[in-house]
Parts: sequence; structure tokens; C-alpha cells
Amino acid sequence: MSAVRVLVGTRKGAFVLRADGKRERWEVSGPHFGGWEMYHLKGSPADPNRLYASQSTSWFGQLIQRSDDGGASWEPVGNAFAYDGPTGTHQSHDGTPHPWAFARVWHLEPSLTDPDMVYAGVEDAALFRSTDGGRTWRELPALRRHESAPGWQPGAGGMCLHTIILDPRHAKRMFVAISSAGAFRTDDGGASWRPINRGLHSEQIPNPDAEVGHCVHRLAMHRSQPQVLFMQKHWDVMRSDDAGESWREVSGNLPSDFGFAIDVHAHEPETIYVVPIKSDSEHYPPEGKLRVYRSRSGGEEWEALTNGLPQRDCYVNVLRDAMAVDGLDPCGVYFGTTGGQVYASADAGDRWTAIVRDLPAVLSVEVQTLP
Amino acid sequence: MIRVVLPPHLRKLARVEREVQIEVVGPVTQRTVLDALEARYPVLRGTIRDHVTQQRRPFVRFFACEQDLSHDAPDAPLPEAVATGAEPFMVVGAMAGG
Repeated sequence: MSAVRVLVGTRKGAFVLRADGKRERWEVSGPHFGGWEMYHLKGSPADPNRLYASQSTSWFGQLIQRSDDGGASWEPVGNAFAYDGPTGTHQSHDGTPHPWAFARVWHLEPSLTDPDMVYAGVEDAALFRSTDGGRTWRELPALRRHESAPGWQPGAGGMCLHTIILDPRHAKRMFVAISSAGAFRTDDGGASWRPINRGLHSEQIPNPDAEVGHCVHRLAMHRSQPQVLFMQKHWDVMRSDDAGESWREVSGNLPSDFGFAIDVHAHEPETIYVVPIKSDSEHYPPEGKLRVYRSRSGGEEWEALTNGLPQRDCYVNVLRDAMAVDGLDPCGVYFGTTGGQVYASADAGDRWTAIVRDLPAVLSVEVQTLP
Repeated sequence: MIRVVLPPHLRKLARVEREVQIEVVGPVTQRTVLDALEARYPVLRGTIRDHVTQQRRPFVRFFACEQDLSHDAPDAPLPEAVATGAEPFMVVGAMAGG
């Protein structure tokens, strides 16, 4: 019988949740790396027992952990993230030039085909790659050397590269997103990049239609139609039908189009999920009601999913990497909150259950579907 | 032998007890002690000093003989009591919230 494994990164450790295909009874393992910030854990699509985890603290810096047995045991691998050549500068919050400085790994994206290859999105924004299972890391420096980079500014959470999407049909095409520079695409394996932000409109920047400077919170794609991208921006839910060449807003009837997480149903490429957050200064759900919104039409028309979710006095946030779907039928949808709950729906969002609660604040949720 | 006391997170990471003993050839300084420590426990590279700059991480402190040596030059000799092993060199996680 199939099974699922949910990888949960929190402010104070990692947790691994397991259930069979019914997704009713859950085993909770953890905390792994207790006391450390676990920004992200993700399994290799090519070998589900190969997991990568980003472990850090302000005290002792960055570590990368690797598991070859599905999270039963872990091994620290390489943690030297050195920018390639002169770092140059980006803008700091006060507008002065600030040298690029490595802070942490926000996101790990294993290759679709090679368990030993994994990408890392870091703060200050850059993209690194390992081809030896995480032992050594090399920057793909063309992104950081993009002509617009000296003008990039950090968002409130830091200038992080937080989203990496590998195109399943074009091996050399990749999408990344940086707060708060925007979205970028490479078609040559990272040798060159260009901003893909046409159609984004951000009133918080001097030129609302600028090529860069947009605070993209998250991108999502369905593997069956990689030219279609969905975006949760600082404000606005957006959609592109041409691999990011242009975007249009699909916020429609959402109660708020601010938010962080966005994901796509495993089997229905036009069914997408967001968790509206009240505003950029009030990082909690509108009206104290935790609602996932689902669109079955690729945006514009949204329905609130509330069954099993708290509908009063709820003031948690759902961060950008904290939503995922499994590959079972019906599709399972999962998200974690800053209040320490991980909610799961085994029926594509119709009904929700907290499969664990009272964890430290959840930073990331990933799901593996196992045979 | 030089005695080095590690904070709990780093003990767990290096899979050692509170105190480790290492051998330092030549002058006993912060740099030579940490070089020897990292050579014996490579997993500690980057956790006490930045990988690139080799500077002490901001929330790490070095104490010995009831003194805060954090701001001493990395190549300054450590106290004689550390060099003889009478007192430990302490790597401490700063009290900084969280």
C-alpha cells in the first residue's frame, strides 16, 4: 500500500510524519536537530530515501544534513557556501550599497533525475548547486551578476532566494524567485538569467511596473504544463501562461490577495490553493478564520475551504514554503502554521485535520508519496 | 593537550562530551586551537568561524581563565594556563534570545 511522508521544518527542529495511503493515522518522529532552525527539508524525486535538510542558527551558522534512509538517520555534509569571485553589492534597507554576505539556505531543490544533484537558494540571494550529494557547493554566479542585481533590496525577511522550480520538460530551464527582486528564468542551465516580471504591479516600489523589485513570495507549477506558473506576490495572486513572459492577476474574489503559500493540485493542473493573509502588516488570516482558498479554474474564482479549520480567534501565519501536496488520489494537501499545527486534507481540501499540533513555528512542509 | 569546552549544540554535532582535548603544535592562539579543533572535528567548520572570512561568528564567544577573549586578535597567545591544559578554552554561545 502506498504511503506518505511529510517533512516539516520548524523554528526549533525538524519533524517527520508518516502515514499509510489512507492518511488517517500519523506517526510523528522528532524533533530532529532540536533547537536549530530548519528552514527546509526535501526529498529527491529520483530516490525518495535521499533527503536534504537546511539546518541553521544565528549562533552557529549553516549546516546541510543528508539522509539516505528516509530520515531515520542523518549525516552532516558540506556547509561551505562561498560566493564565486567578487561579491559586488546590493542595496541595503537604507539604500546604501551592501556587500553580498551569506546568511542561510532558505530552500533546497533536489534534481528531478539525479539524487546527488541539489540546488540551494540562499540569503543573500544566490543560487548554489551540489553534484556530490551536498558535500561541496558551487554558486551559479550569473544570477547574482545580473545587471539589475546592484539595485536589489532585501524584503523584511532578508534578501533571500526562496523558490526554485525545475522545468520537467526542459532540463536547462529553471525558475527562481527572490524577495524582493522578483522572478527570474534561465534557459541555459544557469549560465544566464532574465527577469520575468512583466505584468506585475507593486505599489510599494517607486515604479510600480518596474522590471525588478517586486516582492514575489512564491511560485508554483504543475509538471504537466510547465509553461503555466502561479505566483503569490506580496499582494496579488498572479498567473502566467507563457513561462513567465507575462503575468495577469487572478486574485478574483479572494478576501485578501496578500499571502505567502501557493500550490497546485497533483492531478488537476488548474486547481490551485492559497491561504489568504490579512495584510503585509497583519500576518494572520482575515477575520481570525483560517481558510484555504481553492480555485478549480486556474484563478479568479475561489472557494473557501473551512471544514476542520479554526473559524474564530485564529491568528497564525502560513509561510511561503509551508504548503505541499501529495501524489495520491484523491490528492492530499498539507500546510503548516506559525502556531505549530500541520493540517492535512486527504480529499483535495474538502476536509481538514490537524495531524500534529503544538510544534514550534512551522517554516516548511514538503510531502513525499511513497510506493 | 589543550582542553576545549564546547556549547551543547556543537557537542551534539561533533558527537563529543562537554570537553575535548586536542594537540596544538607551536604557539597556542585562538587560530591554532580552532584550526586543530576543526581538523579533528571537520563538522565544526563554519560553526564557530565564518567559512570565508574566518572571523568569529557574532554570537559565539571565547572565554578562558574567567576572561572574555572574544575580541582578542586571533593570533594573540592564549593564557599560559590554557596552553598547559590547566584551564579550558571555552567556546560559548552568546546569550542572545531565541
